[in-house]
Amino acid sequence: MMMWARLGAVVTMVGMTFGSWTAHADDLRGTGDMGIVIERSTGSVLVVENTTMTQLARIEGLGDLSHASAVYSRDARYAYVFGRDGGLTKLDLLTAKIVARKIQSGNSIGGAISQDGRLVAVSNYEPGGVKVFDAATLELVADIPTGSKAVGLVDAPGNRFVFSLYEAGEIWIADMTDPAQPQITKFEDVGLQPYDALITPDGRRYIAGLFGEDGMAMVDLWNLDKGVTRILDGYGRGEEPLPVYKMPHLEGWTVAGGRAFVPAVGRHEVLVVDMETWQEVGRIPAHGQPVFVMAQPDGRQVWVNYAFPLNDTVQVIDTQSLKIVKTLTPGKGVLHMEFTPRGEAVWISVRDLDLLRVIDTRTFAELKQLPTTKPSGIFFTWRAARIGL
Amino acid sequence: MEPKIKTKTLMTPKSALRRVALLVPAVLAASAFAVQTDLTAKRQGELLYILEQDCGSCHGLTLKGGLGPALVPERLRDFSTEDLTRVILDGVPGTPMPPWRPLLSENEALFMAQVLKSGDMVK
Repeated sequence: MMMWARLGAVVTMVGMTFGSWTAHADDLRGTGDMGIVIERSTGSVLVVENTTMTQLARIEGLGDLSHASAVYSRDARYAYVFGRDGGLTKLDLLTAKIVARKIQSGNSIGGAISQDGRLVAVSNYEPGGVKVFDAATLELVADIPTGSKAVGLVDAPGNRFVFSLYEAGEIWIADMTDPAQPQITKFEDVGLQPYDALITPDGRRYIAGLFGEDGMAMVDLWNLDKGVTRILDGYGRGEEPLPVYKMPHLEGWTVAGGRAFVPAVGRHEVLVVDMETWQEVGRIPAHGQPVFVMAQPDGRQVWVNYAFPLNDTVQVIDTQSLKIVKTLTPGKGVLHMEFTPRGEAVWISVRDLDLLRVIDTRTFAELKQLPTTKPSGIFFTWRAARIGL
Repeated sequence: MEPKIKTKTLMTPKSALRRVALLVPAVLAASAFAVQTDLTAKRQGELLYILEQDCGSCHGLTLKGGLGPALVPERLRDFSTEDLTRVILDGVPGTPMPPWRPLLSENEALFMAQVLKSGDMVK
């Protein structure tokens, strides 16, 4: 009785202090129309809204965000931002505040959230390995040292994390059924210098891109006994690779019409793979070294951006004809692209113009420009419900 | 073709830095570069921007490392400015470090090597 009375008093006080906030149901909102944009040079993040194409808030104090990425809690309210300086920051999109933050290593590259939403894993360069944290509190739950740079970290069904080791050339699977005692399955000699990886949308196949060889290493998570399969082997045909001024990314999975689209390394091409046979079925000559190759949610078109010094261009591939149907020049320093949940628009970050451009994916008309400071990664909340993102 | 401007009266590093700082605000914190060069202030600014943003893709915006190693002075101690210039121009075979010769002149690579040795870019 006493407690209820006290609680009542607190509620009244809050009601008085933030009267306008508590009084109007209009102020309640979901996060499904929201996202964040990394401002890499200033250690800040914008909270944005898709439909209105506006900035809602700016959150500062996230450290070194070069190469930062983010995943979402399953309620899509919180974003976990992985900074280059080892910073792990939990943001609340609704209050636009940092709710937890820790420096968990000297140098990190990315992260993932577990299938059950309870664990956040970070892959680290220095010291090499993966650390796993409680998603609610960011308390350390498990430490998996690898002695090698850990890259291409994704979540997989079965509450597993899968990642690759850059120097060692290995793929590791960490089963987090008992979070404090991860069970590790290792695949050795998967190929030279795996630099990033992705998982198919069904969570079945994990594919690591190789920098040191022409090809990709694939693990069928439904049939671990079959080991690692090499796909796209020798796609460079023995030719001298072109210089790569920015490493490609294999974030997400670019699937359209039963085919997958991936960046070649050291070749100005997008490779097309049949997902039944895992054979190459096409290669599309491109403007430069592809960095991101991303399919619209409907799979009708694939959007590609490029490495320095050709990073002012975005090309659009029609997935039926495998032809480039549009070349856009949003400006120097196109670093990332993100589609709205159902893909009627794409947001493009243009670093050197300090600009976000929102483009209609059907007409290619520009819908909006948003000023920002050195924007890089764009992450919308639809990712909360996707395996591997 | 862009005319190559050789300034006889070399800008002092400090005034060069001030002008560069307009282009690259993040470099403002750095002390003066102890660098001799006949590159224009505009080009120096562009090179510093490339160093921060594009070298930074692999080596970190603060040059404290990423997929590529840290480029802080302690780590570079055993490399001469000439060594670094050569690495920038020709890359490191067997690693993702690409040759920048197609994009940079020897003078420009030398300028970058000098900046790296000075440690002024490291925040």
